[in-house]
Amino acid sequence: MKPVPRNQISREKLRSLSAACRSSAGKKRQMHRLAGQVLAGPEELRANSAEQASAFRFPILKECLMTRAAARLKASPASLPKCTTGIHGLDEITGGGLPQGRPTLVCGGAGCGKTLLGIEFLVRGATRHQESGVFIAFEETAEELAQNVRSLGFDLDDLIEKKMLAVDYVHIERSEIEETGDYDLEGLFIRLGYAIDSIGAKRVVLDSLETLFSGLANVAILRAEMRRLFRWLKEKGVTAIITAERGNGSLTRHGLEEYVSDCVLLLDHRVEGQISTRRLRIVKYRGSSHSTNEFPFLIDEGGISVLPITSILLRHQALSERISSGVPALDAMLGGPGFFRGSSVLVSGTAGIGKTSLACHAANACCHRGERCLFFSFEESEAQLLRNMRSISLDLGPWVKQESLRIHAGRPTTHGLEMHLAGIHKQVEAFQPDVVVVDPITNFISAGTASEASSMMMRLVDYLKTREITAVLTTLNHAGSPLEQTELGISSLIDTWLLLRDIELNGERNRGLYIIKSRGMAHSNQIREFLLTDHGVQLTDVYLGPEGVLTGSARLAQEAKAAAAEAQHQQNIERKRRELSLRQQSLEAQIAALQSQVQIEREELERDVADEQEYAKLAERSRNAMSQSRKSDLNGRPAAPRKVRK
Amino acid sequence: MRCNPARTEGPGGAMEDPEGRPAPERYVLRLYVAGLTPRSTRAIERIRALCERCLAGRFDLTIIDLYLQPEAARPAQVVVLPTLVKQAPSPKRLFIGDMTDEKKILLGLNIAS
Repeated sequence: MKPVPRNQISREKLRSLSAACRSSAGKKRQMHRLAGQVLAGPEELRANSAEQASAFRFPILKECLMTRAAARLKASPASLPKCTTGIHGLDEITGGGLPQGRPTLVCGGAGCGKTLLGIEFLVRGATRHQESGVFIAFEETAEELAQNVRSLGFDLDDLIEKKMLAVDYVHIERSEIEETGDYDLEGLFIRLGYAIDSIGAKRVVLDSLETLFSGLANVAILRAEMRRLFRWLKEKGVTAIITAERGNGSLTRHGLEEYVSDCVLLLDHRVEGQISTRRLRIVKYRGSSHSTNEFPFLIDEGGISVLPITSILLRHQALSERISSGVPALDAMLGGPGFFRGSSVLVSGTAGIGKTSLACHAANACCHRGERCLFFSFEESEAQLLRNMRSISLDLGPWVKQESLRIHAGRPTTHGLEMHLAGIHKQVEAFQPDVVVVDPITNFISAGTASEASSMMMRLVDYLKTREITAVLTTLNHAGSPLEQTELGISSLIDTWLLLRDIELNGERNRGLYIIKSRGMAHSNQIREFLLTDHGVQLTDVYLGPEGVLTGSARLAQEAKAAAAEAQHQQNIERKRRELSLRQQSLEAQIAALQSQVQIEREELERDVADEQEYAKLAERSRNAMSQSRKSDLNGRPAAPRKVRK
Repeated sequence: MRCNPARTEGPGGAMEDPEGRPAPERYVLRLYVAGLTPRSTRAIERIRALCERCLAGRFDLTIIDLYLQPEAARPAQVVVLPTLVKQAPSPKRLFIGDMTDEKKILLGLNIAS
């Protein structure tokens, strides 16, 4: 087991405690015990633990930790006490919530969600933090308000009945009013005070106070009374949200920001390229550090979500576990076991090159391991994808049936980018996948500008990394554009980047696969030919020879040529061997003939010698006989040598 | 500007008209104040005097102190104090302020001459 850093709680511990929480009846108590342990730890640990709990998919635990952390923050005298809004993401970017016991100004144009922010602040306060609230509506009646937020699952009538909420509709009709002298807004104070006291409210929303300026003519009195109202709210100790319409060149139309100096939030609703995005910015927050960026937020059936919540810090774990890409040859190119778990993988390439097929292999491998895969298909419907993959013998149907693979198909232009991101967040939370495939990410550009799309991808990649989910993304390179560049410019976010490219040669196109980068592992620098076969994706070595890199039929032709040349060579050698052996045989025959001739001649010579000796004997004998007969004196003398006949 | 008491206080008594014109309605007025601040007392004095002068015998003036009855503010839609509400005759009118501008009140109450 790898050592756990000091500022992180071990995953095993979280898991076991969460399991205990889930199973035991005393769920809450267990969690609070853990929360207590965590909060007793070092400062950093406390800050990290909620994030980690979320990362490790224990939403209940996360909430518990957040509540405890917020309570602790409140208790510590050093920091500014904060009031947890309960709005998804807002507490994270404000560092715990709105300033407690002080008014906060929320300004923005028409329809940007000011009223909803106020309502959600009260509803979450009532349902999650047992803090009742008062809503003073200047623009809508209580009935209209209840109706408007019912679609978000907020039941105002029920809360009113439980005395957790009071709604007061303040109506000022200028045509009915005659101003007859000096006046003040004491009536509003009395109504507000009465509403607060009747339910013991801790939270107040005034929506929107500026309506008073259109109802009453004496601006000098109103300004003085506004100042008095904010002071009065502070004295009451309620956390208040005051909404105001955005003015021309100023935050609010009537300069309310002069009076509310503690915290100002600015909401904005912009339409770019026919797709709208809502954004939230903390203009000021006295006495607290805060993010100054514009954060996109969205309003959906769950209320307001401010995004991102995970991109603030780069603190994700790095796992050393490796998972297969689904293509054994590719795994081998990556040094054997495949990608790192929790890393981000980008497959880029031109149209029709096999990006989706490669991604499907990864999905298939994931399901084979018994894990879950979430597939976002932005170009093909589920049925089409399944059919097309069957053509390369990749049957994903059973995985879909077993619910280990979920395919989510839709056009990217159906929502704005933030909605997509939130949608992906939600799907991931619900399905808890181990691998997420987004095919392709290029299409997000059509739902926003390139810079927005790239910022969204960054947050998506960060989010998936934090949750230790492997991300397989595909991106389309348009013909003509540089290949080693993604449309979204996100290559620096990516851990492993596979490039599929066309290799055009001899009047045909073939596919080649490169690994452009793969962080933290030895990987092949070779080009492999990428084949879509009846048995799925296969990688083969390309032909490398004196004629260069050859692929496809050129590779086959070259291979055939080489084989033919080899055969020819073999035949030549065989023939030469035969010739040699024949010559050898003939020479040996000649040698034999010569030897036999030598033999004959030698035998002849020996015969001659023998004859000669015989003859000499005979001659000796006859000479002897002659001398005897002549009674020669020369008896006993050797006879004169005779020439021997040959 | 002066109010016209003759129109409402004819010889046949307050509720009758010698020339057969319909009897004028009673005025139902409510004055909302907060405590006994100088502004409140000023408004009360002025509106009392005005009613006695111009609407003698045919007005019901109720003075409501919202410090004592805070719950009354909401149904009456009172935001500003002091507020005088003319409940009847219709149309409903609201007069806000310390009632120094008598002309506006008389016009609004429709009793100016």
